[in-house]
Amino acid sequence: MKLKPNDVILNTVTKLAAVIIFTFSIDLFWAGHHFPGGGFIGGLTTAAGIVLLYLSFDIERIEKNLPIDYKKMAAIGVLIAIFTGLAGMIYGDNFLEQTFGYFNIPIFGETELATAVLFDVGVALAVIGTAVTIITSISEDEL
Amino acid sequence: MSFLHFTILLPFIAAIVVPFIYRSFNHKIHTGWFVVLVPVFIFINLLLQIPSISNGENILISMPWIPSLEINFDIYMDGLALMFGLIISGIGALVVIYSIFYMDKNREALHNFYIYLLLFMGAMLGLVSSDNVFVLYTLWELTSVSSFLLIAYWYERKKSREGALKAMIITVFGGLAMLAGLILLVMITDTYSLREMIANVDLIQESALFIPALLLILLGAFTKSAQFPFSIWLPDAMEAPTPVSAYLHSATMVKAGIYLVARMTPIFGGSATWFWLVVGIGVITLFYGSVRAIRQTDLKALLAFSTISQLGLIMSLLGVGSAAFYFNPGESQQLYAFALFAAIFHLFNHSTFKGALFMVVGIIDHETGTRDIRRLGGLLSIMPITFTIALIGSLSMAGLPPFNGFLSKEMFFTGMLQASEVDMFSLEWLANGCPILAWIASIFTFIYCMILLVRPFLGTFKPDRLPKEKVHEAPIGMLIPPIILGSLVVLIFFFPNILGQYILNPAIASIVPDLEKPFKITAWHGFGPELYMTIGVIVLGLLLFVSIKKWNIAFRVLPENLNLNYLYSSSLENMEKRSVSFTNRYMTGSIRHYLIYIFVFVFSVLALALITLNAIDFDFSNYAYVTIYDVGILLAMIVAALTTLFTRNRITAIVSLGAVGYLVVMLFVIFRAPDLALTQMVVETATTALFLLCFYHLPKLGKKVEKVKFKLTNLIVSILVGVTVTILTLVATGHKLFTPITEFFENAYELAGAKNIVNAILVDFRGFDTMLEIAVLFIAGIGVYTLIKLRSKGSDTDEAETE
Repeated sequence: MKLKPNDVILNTVTKLAAVIIFTFSIDLFWAGHHFPGGGFIGGLTTAAGIVLLYLSFDIERIEKNLPIDYKKMAAIGVLIAIFTGLAGMIYGDNFLEQTFGYFNIPIFGETELATAVLFDVGVALAVIGTAVTIITSISEDEL
Repeated sequence: MSFLHFTILLPFIAAIVVPFIYRSFNHKIHTGWFVVLVPVFIFINLLLQIPSISNGENILISMPWIPSLEINFDIYMDGLALMFGLIISGIGALVVIYSIFYMDKNREALHNFYIYLLLFMGAMLGLVSSDNVFVLYTLWELTSVSSFLLIAYWYERKKSREGALKAMIITVFGGLAMLAGLILLVMITDTYSLREMIANVDLIQESALFIPALLLILLGAFTKSAQFPFSIWLPDAMEAPTPVSAYLHSATMVKAGIYLVARMTPIFGGSATWFWLVVGIGVITLFYGSVRAIRQTDLKALLAFSTISQLGLIMSLLGVGSAAFYFNPGESQQLYAFALFAAIFHLFNHSTFKGALFMVVGIIDHETGTRDIRRLGGLLSIMPITFTIALIGSLSMAGLPPFNGFLSKEMFFTGMLQASEVDMFSLEWLANGCPILAWIASIFTFIYCMILLVRPFLGTFKPDRLPKEKVHEAPIGMLIPPIILGSLVVLIFFFPNILGQYILNPAIASIVPDLEKPFKITAWHGFGPELYMTIGVIVLGLLLFVSIKKWNIAFRVLPENLNLNYLYSSSLENMEKRSVSFTNRYMTGSIRHYLIYIFVFVFSVLALALITLNAIDFDFSNYAYVTIYDVGILLAMIVAALTTLFTRNRITAIVSLGAVGYLVVMLFVIFRAPDLALTQMVVETATTALFLLCFYHLPKLGKKVEKVKFKLTNLIVSILVGVTVTILTLVATGHKLFTPITEFFENAYELAGAKNIVNAILVDFRGFDTMLEIAVLFIAGIGVYTLIKLRSKGSDTDEAETE
């Protein structure tokens, strides 16, 4: 990363902001079923949060605290999306046919559970993985 | 999935498991011992089908594959499919056993080898049993691909790679032609099923597309079965390990073309074009292959040319037999169908004796280290068992009793004599030429069989000229498969009608269903022209073989450049050179040029569509009113866009470009599209961050003075694109060509349980799109990563200059 990693103000703000961004992105992800949001937006917001971390701290520190291989994450996301599609085929549905139902769960009460959420998890992981992979590989590039 | 489907798909399933077996067991047990179970299982299962199928009870089982396109994996198991299935799995099992001793378990990448082999086995089995033409085509190409992988198995050798590429180019070219032919047939008959095509044969024969379809399908069959002039790939395919040559390039894959011709005979048979093309090309190939075989010094090359020649023989018999469809059921039909019977019989025999011969050559190569007949000699006393098998195989190939080749060779002469009597297709010169050419070719066949037998085994043993020091007989495991094939060669001679009753006649019945009576094979037909022809072949063949050195020189008169290989490689080279020089003309390496190409293309396609469809007509009645907010945001956007254009500072440009994006977000908010607004905002943030990160690498703005001409082009292109896209957007809202599907999406809560329609569309209604989109995104990400991380150091110099 080219930016100087010892910017105190940026560091302090980032520490706080990252938490808020990640929380917001999780909220966006879950809201997707009924309100604006969803896997793509949630994933991209998370990616933006991670990039902010990369901007304000040095790479070694982040890689130590967030030891994630984003390439693998993206691949896993795509695979999850494909396999949720295949799962329906076992029950005789078409590929990628989603179902949902209402269940009574303690604490939450009557809750809607949808397989589309699993698919959305795949979308989110693929988006986070790809976005961070592209951004970090471009920024780490030393000419 | 039925049991039969499972049987046929088993090789694919096994191919998935093989790497795991290889990893955990190979250091103890050769992986081949596990793999061999697959063809054995299939072989036994197919054997169990014989009783019902020989009674004429063919099996048809359907399995949906792509039901929405009506493409189903329909297995139609009749006599012909069963015979091929038995050859594929039977020879397959023997070849795998043979390979266990041929391929060293410590030195070779066995998992690759067996995966390719199993892929091929599954594809070939599916090919012969599929009723759906598109499934047939897919598997046809898969056999080409697996053949490519197997030929290039020792990929570090240049010759292997070149041979693989050659085989691939020629067979895939033919495969594509065949696909076009199959599509024509589908267009005529409106069905994907081979059986229904045969049922609607009148439709096809009346169609104007009859001849094109015929030619295209024959092109596929001829390239696959290495018919003249496409035969050049087969000798080069001999770079593959010998078990592969024995399996793919003599017993099975090269017979896929024969299979196709046999299957298509009920459709095209009875037409003069089909008859003369198949007979003519077959006889020419037979002659060409046998003549070329004599000149070879490499044993495998000799066998390759002999395979070409034998394939031509079978092909020509199928051609003669196609005349059976000219007649109604009766005596004449029976007479010509006999040639079909001979073809099928010889196909079976060829698989046995040629498989054995390839294995013999493999043994010689394995034990002595060379296949060159100039270095070999006198192996008779060292390898007596191998010699015996070679004797059986080559005498059978030469057409001598008491081996199965004698029976089918006699039937071949009968068929050729019949061809000369064909009067309904009036091509006399060819009709008279066929038996003569066939007879001469048989003499050459006899000669190369003698070479194959005499040169390595008789004469004096020259140990100092062999790469390996201690030459001895092969291990027993390597001998068992060719011994089995060799005993079949003898057994079929003595009991041909058992094979005839259970396998060959059902196979014929699936080509010509309304035959009067089944055929019988007899070794002795009395003193007829066939017998005199055989005797002539033996006498002349022996005389010519003894004097081979005296007349062999005649071949040297032919110029080197006049062969097909030269034509192939020079045209390939030319094509490469031309396309490189053409590509270099517009591939400048500058991304600015590429962007111009892209935008010019977008503009021309859109403008052309707008003009040719006469679509420019505006309808503003449905538009919302323009409010003061819209005007304000638009003005701000224009200012930001212009700033991007005219600024001299890169950071200002990036920031003002970001401003344009965020203003679009505002527009989305005003038009109440929160999902779009959110997405646009996050994307804008991410791209701006990306820009800020990589602007370090970009050249400074305004440092280089660009040419006015270049700037002018940019201006024109961007204005054109802008205007076109604006017009298109305005026009698009005014046209409603289809009933909108908005109402369907409004049911999102009932259908998908989601109150957010946008998300319901993304993950449910159009889930397939989203899945492919993230796949594309992922591929793009990996692409960026590899381009940057795995860039070779040498290419950095150009970019360093721009910094």
